[in-house]
Amino acid sequence: MKEIYMDNNATTKVDEAVFEEMRPYFCDLYGNPSSMHFFGGQVQKKVDEARNRVANLLGASPEEIVFTACGTESDNAAIRSAIEVHPERRHIITTRVEHPAVLTLCRNLSKRGYRVTELNVDGEGRLDLNELRAAVDEDTAIVSVMWANNETGVVFPIEEVGKIVKEKGKGAFFHTDAVQAVGKIPINMAASTVDMLSISGHKLHAPKGIGVLYVRKGVPFRPFMVGGHQEHNRRAGTENTAAIIALGKACELAGQWMEDENTRVKAMRDRLQTTLLELIPRSRINGGQAERLPNTLSIAFEFVEGEAILMLLSEKGICASSGSACTSGSLEPSHVLRAMGVPFTCAHGSIRFSLSRFNTDEDIETIIRELPPVVRRLREMSPFGREFLNA
Amino acid sequence: MWDYTEKVREHFLNPRNVGDIPDADAVGEVGSLACGDALKLYIKLDDAKERIVDAKFQTFGCASAIASSSALTEIIKGKTLDEALATTNQEIADFLGGLPEEKMHCSVMGQEALEVAIAKYRGGPVPTHHDHGHEEVEPGEIVCKCFGLTDTFLKKVIAANKLTTAEQVTHFTKAGGACGGCIPKIKELISEVLGAQPTEERKKPEKLTNLRKMQLIQETLEKEIRPLLWADGGDLELVDISGSEVQIAFRKACAGCASSGNTAKFVELKLRDLVADDIVVQEVEG
Ligand code: FES
Repeated sequence: MKEIYMDNNATTKVDEAVFEEMRPYFCDLYGNPSSMHFFGGQVQKKVDEARNRVANLLGASPEEIVFTACGTESDNAAIRSAIEVHPERRHIITTRVEHPAVLTLCRNLSKRGYRVTELNVDGEGRLDLNELRAAVDEDTAIVSVMWANNETGVVFPIEEVGKIVKEKGKGAFFHTDAVQAVGKIPINMAASTVDMLSISGHKLHAPKGIGVLYVRKGVPFRPFMVGGHQEHNRRAGTENTAAIIALGKACELAGQWMEDENTRVKAMRDRLQTTLLELIPRSRINGGQAERLPNTLSIAFEFVEGEAILMLLSEKGICASSGSACTSGSLEPSHVLRAMGVPFTCAHGSIRFSLSRFNTDEDIETIIRELPPVVRRLREMSPFGREFLNA
Repeated sequence: MWDYTEKVREHFLNPRNVGDIPDADAVGEVGSLACGDALKLYIKLDDAKERIVDAKFQTFGCASAIASSSALTEIIKGKTLDEALATTNQEIADFLGGLPEEKMHCSVMGQEALEVAIAKYRGGPVPTHHDHGHEEVEPGEIVCKCFGLTDTFLKKVIAANKLTTAEQVTHFTKAGGACGGCIPKIKELISEVLGAQPTEERKKPEKLTNLRKMQLIQETLEKEIRPLLWADGGDLELVDISGSEVQIAFRKACAGCASSGNTAKFVELKLRDLVADDIVVQEVEG
């Protein structure tokens, strides 16, 4: 059975070229980049090269790149830094659809006396900028708004958000969790209002365990990992050199593949979307009217439950993800779909396909062939689905 | 990915007895679209109206909900109504070689549907279940608003499956699985149901010296309270005792938890129950 992997918003395959780039830095070139001898020096050079490559993809300068362990660490570092820099400000703004890396931290801070505003989204997952405008004030320490949503792929108007933050927040920091956006859509920090931005390596064909926090030059920063002087005192701890080098390569490749992502990959996603909507009655796209990432499709099927669909697809070698709760161990549909007000009849039966440059037309054909009978079968088994099929 | 047994997988991929029985003698329906799972069970009886000769189901839900429904129909076929009624959710789970604890509510749903079907057939009172819509005969008080579950129902499941933590109750019934607002109340129900046994042996002493009181407070915290918190990933530390005032600090998941106020109340009630009526618990930073 050929496996079809369409869960790239969860994690991606490490590109072979990325792996080759990092390979020598385990057993041969294992020096510590902080060491004073030539053996460490050659690793330092390669780390510098990686930093340049990451900066290039972001349109940033290398000094603005801080290597971390993951997207979650970057998010935590950004928000914790902001509230330390602004101890007198007691307000944090985020959205209801953030990744738990941001949302859980903000909710914890709200228990420590911070006022936290979680911005709402509409039925298509879009932010209401007026709500943001009304919320930001000079008590706001940081606004953290994701660039693109991991479940629906909905892209937020980050630069407009940034303008509002700068104008009304008078010194409030602006952070964006760009874990899903980087490598998929063009990003140019040089012309941006974003102060801090998070990246995760394993979402763009680098290995797991490496992340980046971009910190704009001039933005005051307080690290929460302290110890040695690595990363210009912004993140202590010996560098994960091989993974950093891998991420550098992955960013270089992401730049080269960006066009493919926005043409061929997007076309495959669109074909999957239109055909499934055609073939499966009572299905709908979550966030379908909003601007979305080129690779993401969150589609809901009424009267059936997501985990059951996923398991039957998995029998056919197809890997996707479910927006319903059953797979994650909690019992409600995802907080993102709930925030969008997706009706329960749909939310439980939502499936996410997230593509990458490694997907092919053949993969799409297979899903188009295999999925409709799966939904039909489950609907026939479901008391609600039968009522609908008989009607 | 859930660690399902081969049997669960098999019953999910090839469920037995899917469908309906147009001239069924009894039909039981539980769950709803909103809850994320629902089961409609059809039962056909023999001519003497005693033995179940056929059972079929329709299920909306995850793989283990479908497998549990399939298992249920297999278990009850050939049984008399009374024998079938004696089926527990544990039997359904055992039939499948076990279910992940997070999925035990699927087996509970099967047992519920059966109870509803038989009660309706017999014309007796229909048991209260979390399918909103049946007339409620043992109304109880709604504890979990998100899933519409009553204290009567929760206590029954807690007792039958000997559940000791709120998390387990969530896995078995879904209560507490959404907003979590009902968790403190669920914890109270657990101590009500299970606390009934251990407190039998540990009656509150009549009169206490100060030293004995302090010892008893420490003992109760160690043996009765902290294990309950550990089960939910939390903990507490005794900071100070002065007279009847007990100062505690929450640790791990309890620290900074939204409902730590409720937990502190729970600790106070427990200490009043087992040590002395005048105990006041104070949560402090530390
Ligand atoms: S009230 Fe029980 S989970 Fe919300």
